[in-house]
Amino acid sequence: MSTTPVSEQVVRVSVNGTTYERDVPARRLLVHFLRDDLALTGTHIGCDTGSCGACTVHLNGVPVKSCAVLAVQADGAAVTTIEGISEDDALTPLQQSFSDHHALQCGFCTPGMLMSASALLEQNPSPTEDEVKVALQGNICRCTGYWNIVEAVVAAGKGAA
Amino acid sequence: MLLREVSYARPGTVDEAIELLAGNDGARALAGGQTLLNVMKQRAASPDVLVDLGRLDELRTISVSGTSLEIGAMTTLTSLIRSSEVEVTRPILAEVAATVADVQVQNRGTLGGNICVNDPTNHFPPLLVALDASMTVASVDGERTVPAEEFFVGVFETTVKEGELLTKITVPAAGKGTGDGMSGVTLGTHGTYIANAAASVADGTWRIALGCVGAVPHRAKAVEGKLSGTDVDDASARGAVEGLGATLDPPSDVHASADYRRSLAETSTVRAVLQAAEKARG
Repeated sequence: MSTTPVSEQVVRVSVNGTTYERDVPARRLLVHFLRDDLALTGTHIGCDTGSCGACTVHLNGVPVKSCAVLAVQADGAAVTTIEGISEDDALTPLQQSFSDHHALQCGFCTPGMLMSASALLEQNPSPTEDEVKVALQGNICRCTGYWNIVEAVVAAGKGAA
Repeated sequence: MLLREVSYARPGTVDEAIELLAGNDGARALAGGQTLLNVMKQRAASPDVLVDLGRLDELRTISVSGTSLEIGAMTTLTSLIRSSEVEVTRPILAEVAATVADVQVQNRGTLGGNICVNDPTNHFPPLLVALDASMTVASVDGERTVPAEEFFVGVFETTVKEGELLTKITVPAAGKGTGDGMSGVTLGTHGTYIANAAASVADGTWRIALGCVGAVPHRAKAVEGKLSGTDVDDASARGAVEGLGATLDPPSDVHASADYRRSLAETSTVRAVLQAAEKARG
């Protein structure tokens, strides 16, 4: 616990099961820590204002926008990024469903969509279309390909990936 | 985006947090960060020291004490949505929390942060005024309790001064004959409010507060008086609200002219009143 203000501090964080320890400036956003310090560039930066959800990761199991979290706030936490959602190199059933339903066009929003959708499925294994829409409200697809994305998540929930 | 250089401290207790806030020039409490970090990117806020409240579990409790619901300032919106205490004593808090932004923001954003920001478009300032909530503010000199109506003092300003910390929000538990409603018009589903109104009735006595029409939540006292003790239906609600818009001086912006906002304020108030009246009937 640091109770004297510091401009840089050691952050110890588990990312996708690997523990990292790094000196991090207090002003560094979690998304920059992941992308620039750890070279995990699957987490995208879209709007950088907390609106678009492209930077969504799981922080201690819940989806958050990593552009609206400081890296120092993640000290001691477990982070999962898109690189960590599959335990091996194979696609998860949700990723396979995205592929099957052509749930992407340019693909830029896809990592964030998958992180939000996978968090939903962990809590609610068979979501309805409306529940999927609510869960993905914080993720913007600028290609406006929402229809197939929602279909893919609903299908993954029904085990029809 | 690169933030301006800032120092950071993570206290382990509320007392430590207060000492840090009081002892460092330019110190600011960091709650969920869903507003603060984004306005820091825009340089609209430039604190020198961030005091991270993230590890203060004592501020994340929700409990019922007598006839009051006590909510720690660091309670996330997701925790409000899932709280059985909230569901039993004052469900409107959870219903409104579920309409703030999106799941990711609800997971980080806190009730204390939402009201300390006091953005005039935020959800909880008018709601907490309508519910007659009170806020506990702590400093090195001790605690003080402030009614919601006096808590909000200006755009982005509250009664929480430098060196002070909001620790708790106390909301009266709803008894029989109590009903709450909140309605408004947003930019897209669950987006930013253009106008809103929160209404609460307990045994025929009304409290109504409007958001987005001024620097702080606006009590619609004339409407409250007209509704008092009456059996509210669609026609009487419309009648009571008629003329409310003319008493308001709302801002004009790209989303709505002042006149249109007056009209939206009236419509929102009618809807909030009808919701509250229906819930009060049980």
